[in-house]
Amino acid sequence: MEKWLEELQSLLPEGRVLTSLADRHSYSFDASFGEHLPDAVVQVKEKLEVADVLKLANRYKVPVHPRGSGTCLSGGPLPVHGGIVLDMSQFPAVIDLSPRDLTVKVTPSVLTGNINKAAEKHGLMYAPDPSSAHVATIGGNLAENSGGPRGLKYGVTKDHVLGLEVVTPEGEMIKTGGQTIKNVTGIDLTKLIVGSEGTLGVIVGATLKLMPKPPAVQTIMVAFDEVRKAGEAISQTLTSGILPAKMEFMDQACIVAVENFQPVGLPVDAAAVIIIELDGHPETLRVERGLIEEIMEEMGAKEIIIPKSDEEAAKLWHARKQVSPAIAKIKPTKVSEDATVPRSKIPDFMDRLELIKEKYGLEVVAFGHAGDGNLHPNILCDKRNVEEMKLVEKAVEDMFQAALDLGGTLSGEHGIGTMKAPFMELELGEIGLDMMKRIKDSWDPNGILNPGKVFPEKGQKLVLHHD
Amino acid sequence: MTSSLKERLNYDKTFDCVQCGYCLPACPTYETMEKETHSPRGRINLVKMVAEGKASVEDLKEPIEKCLGCMACTTVCPTNVQYGEIFEGAKRVIDEERPRRLVEDFLFQSFFPSSKWMSTLGNATWLYQKSGLQKVSQRFGLTKRAPLQIHEFEAALPSMPTPKKRRRERVDRYVRKRPAVAKIGFFKGCVMDSVFFETNQNTVELLLRSGAEVVFPEAQTCCGALHAHTGKVDQSVELAKRNIEAFEEEGFDYIVNNAGGCGARLVEYAHLFDEGTEWYERAERFVDRVRDISEVLVGLDGLAFEKELSRTVTYQPSCHLRNVQKVTSEPLDLIKRIPGVELRELERPEFCCGSAGVYNIVNYEDAMDILDVKMQDVCGTGAGGVVTSNPGCQLQMKLGVEREGLQMEAVHLVDLLMEADPRPKW
Ligand SMILES: Cc1cc2nc3c(=O)[nH]c(=O)nc-3n(C[C@H](O)[C@H](O)[C@H](O)COP(=O)(O)OP(=O)(O)OC[C@H]3O[C@@H](n4cnc5c(N)ncnc54)[C@H](O)[C@@H]3O)c2cc1C
Ligand code: SF4
Ligand code: SF4
Repeated sequence: MEKWLEELQSLLPEGRVLTSLADRHSYSFDASFGEHLPDAVVQVKEKLEVADVLKLANRYKVPVHPRGSGTCLSGGPLPVHGGIVLDMSQFPAVIDLSPRDLTVKVTPSVLTGNINKAAEKHGLMYAPDPSSAHVATIGGNLAENSGGPRGLKYGVTKDHVLGLEVVTPEGEMIKTGGQTIKNVTGIDLTKLIVGSEGTLGVIVGATLKLMPKPPAVQTIMVAFDEVRKAGEAISQTLTSGILPAKMEFMDQACIVAVENFQPVGLPVDAAAVIIIELDGHPETLRVERGLIEEIMEEMGAKEIIIPKSDEEAAKLWHARKQVSPAIAKIKPTKVSEDATVPRSKIPDFMDRLELIKEKYGLEVVAFGHAGDGNLHPNILCDKRNVEEMKLVEKAVEDMFQAALDLGGTLSGEHGIGTMKAPFMELELGEIGLDMMKRIKDSWDPNGILNPGKVFPEKGQKLVLHHD
Repeated sequence: MTSSLKERLNYDKTFDCVQCGYCLPACPTYETMEKETHSPRGRINLVKMVAEGKASVEDLKEPIEKCLGCMACTTVCPTNVQYGEIFEGAKRVIDEERPRRLVEDFLFQSFFPSSKWMSTLGNATWLYQKSGLQKVSQRFGLTKRAPLQIHEFEAALPSMPTPKKRRRERVDRYVRKRPAVAKIGFFKGCVMDSVFFETNQNTVELLLRSGAEVVFPEAQTCCGALHAHTGKVDQSVELAKRNIEAFEEEGFDYIVNNAGGCGARLVEYAHLFDEGTEWYERAERFVDRVRDISEVLVGLDGLAFEKELSRTVTYQPSCHLRNVQKVTSEPLDLIKRIPGVELRELERPEFCCGSAGVYNIVNYEDAMDILDVKMQDVCGTGAGGVVTSNPGCQLQMKLGVEREGLQMEAVHLVDLLMEADPRPKW
């Protein structure tokens, strides 16, 4: 056995360093692409254990890859350089609410959905609501700066973090930010860590901001017979003085995929649907709902559907949550992107996607948080088909180019990870990327924390096929 | 063994899994064993790795053997991954690779399916209760293989009627003088018809009071669930054929059973045959008529509950009834009809109790960890009794009550219903 592994085993309680082949394979993947076998999986349950593991990793120059629930869509927790997978999911889950401060303290393994559930008991809410909130850890959400449908009105994870407890790559414990709503003491390290994809530190605790739970919600679904019309209707709504909590978009292929799996009566003959959620006081909702109906009719909506009960509304939102996995039924491999464009450019981006689809003859579907310009174009393919995968690589590149041409960005919420690293320079320019890299290098001088992510390695290209 | 390892492991089906992780919070073993290796996503990935030659069948063994087969994962999977088929394929491959065990072969090939097996098992259980199973199991060499915690279960078993009493009280046909509202073929089940003989009698009584006529087809045999769950797929197909044949003899409206585990096997018979074959068609006709007792009692709606039973109960659904047969509301509906019974539902009814066929015997420690989680939920309801819909769950719940040192009863739904002594509505 290698020396570092032996020492690692003596550092942690028995049974928490996993080295059997079955265990190693079980932490070799996430919800994206690629599979990389780690040498060991370490299940940490205390802050000090995290610090110990990182110190050892620095001494032996062994890479450490933090992992939550492994639902990442960009390869963030993959041990691309072997070494250690640091399993954060078994950290004791603690949710410590301070209802009077409207804050909550959590440990990294807490499932995001449970934070909101706990807050609701006090008439509060934790606003960020990624579709995967019932499975993903808050640690993963913070590392990816995840967002969800409610991001349109309430922002994404970073807008709800007051302070963090972090173990630095060299194994030192620090606190960033605090528990107050306002805080301008020095450079904002909290915002630096949030979204750093596990490359600048391991998050071991967080203080999050809660909000009053809106007293009522109103769901409206609108169907269109042209995708462009749907895109225009979104812009029209957002410039009319109404800010819905959510405005979600699904194209026809997504609608059909969900209906095939769990039929809820979505209009399968529509080219696209928008599902809207308004929240606020019931009186306001009544007025806003009327206004939205007017706008949608003016914009040539094919059908406006108002759910008759809370259960019916819940079904629609459940259907929306199922899109991402359900489209995988179309073909076995799903290459999922989340390029984001300025909201007014959504219709143009859709047109570009259509062109890409035709150019390569691939299955391309799109859904997402259209209200904030964050679309999820997905290419459905079969990774056993080498020729097809080569086309997919080209199509992905075209998609990124299209988003950037329209003034957008590579990723709205899923992160860069391994998959988008090769395109970083395209968006940031050489110097921009280098400034980022300098931050990384000064925080992690030995380059042991989550290497192979965010920053492209020399000559790295997007490779989705195996010859 | 002509098909390739990839085929036998249902390799193609593993591609339906997109590794989204939605199944993680539903899986009892992921919760108690705290490892992705013991999660549905981890297990499916390992099967894929073995099929691709990146890991060996030996690596797959523990993760698969520790799976409860409760199918909770399939109820939340957004891509409808056929985990049941992947699981059974893996069990089969593991079974084929393992050195043969004489005792096990005897049990599964001769003992369970023998023509007189039902009464044999019944007699054996009775004998065991009278003489102590330790002796019997020592003779079979079972205790050498795994230190069975039989004595724990022993305390939980109901007292058995003698074989003589069973022969005296059982007839094979309960005909009605008035025209029957339905003709029912009763699937008696092995453990049900020996250890839980009284529950079977109560089931027949409820059906009769509902206005139905009940027949026990003589040629019926074991459902094959245990065989399939231990990787003996060929034998389980053989048993399926015999049952399909047995229930074809008369035109039954329904084929009724009262054990969630058996029922789950019966409804899957069609999957055992290739589509388009004669046996597939026959299996489909069989499956179409299979019902759990609760479904039929609700459907016939022939019982009037008047007698008051004063108590609070909670309901622990059998995983196989809930997740495979998808029967969820009927048992609750029936419990609510009994005057004076207050139903306090579990917070996580979908969470397995850890019984899972022979799981609690083979993986005793793991099963007890799962049971502890379940008992916390049960205690949280503050109910005075637990109602179940499967004999294995009932025994497990009794064990749980004892381990917690509680005063609480665990009864089969059918026995609770009979206690309320319902009248025929007509
Ligand atoms: C079906 C599906 C739907 C999804 N929907 C959404 C959505 O609506 N919005 C959205 O934003 N995302 C979505 N995602 C992506 C994913 O769920 C999020 O990125 C989530 O935040 C990942 O959390 P996790 O616990 O699974 O982390 P992992 O996938 O395990 O890790 C993600 C990253 O975080 C790092 N990390 C994990 N824990 C820590 C820690 N404690 N400290 C430091 N770094 C850490 C890892 O190294 C990795 O880089 C979806 C994914 C799936 C499969
Ligand atoms: S929910 Fe289904 S698709 Fe998702 S990881 Fe589990 S088995 Fe795979
Ligand atoms: S069958 Fe039950 S124990 Fe097995 S993987 Fe699925 S949920 Fe887990």
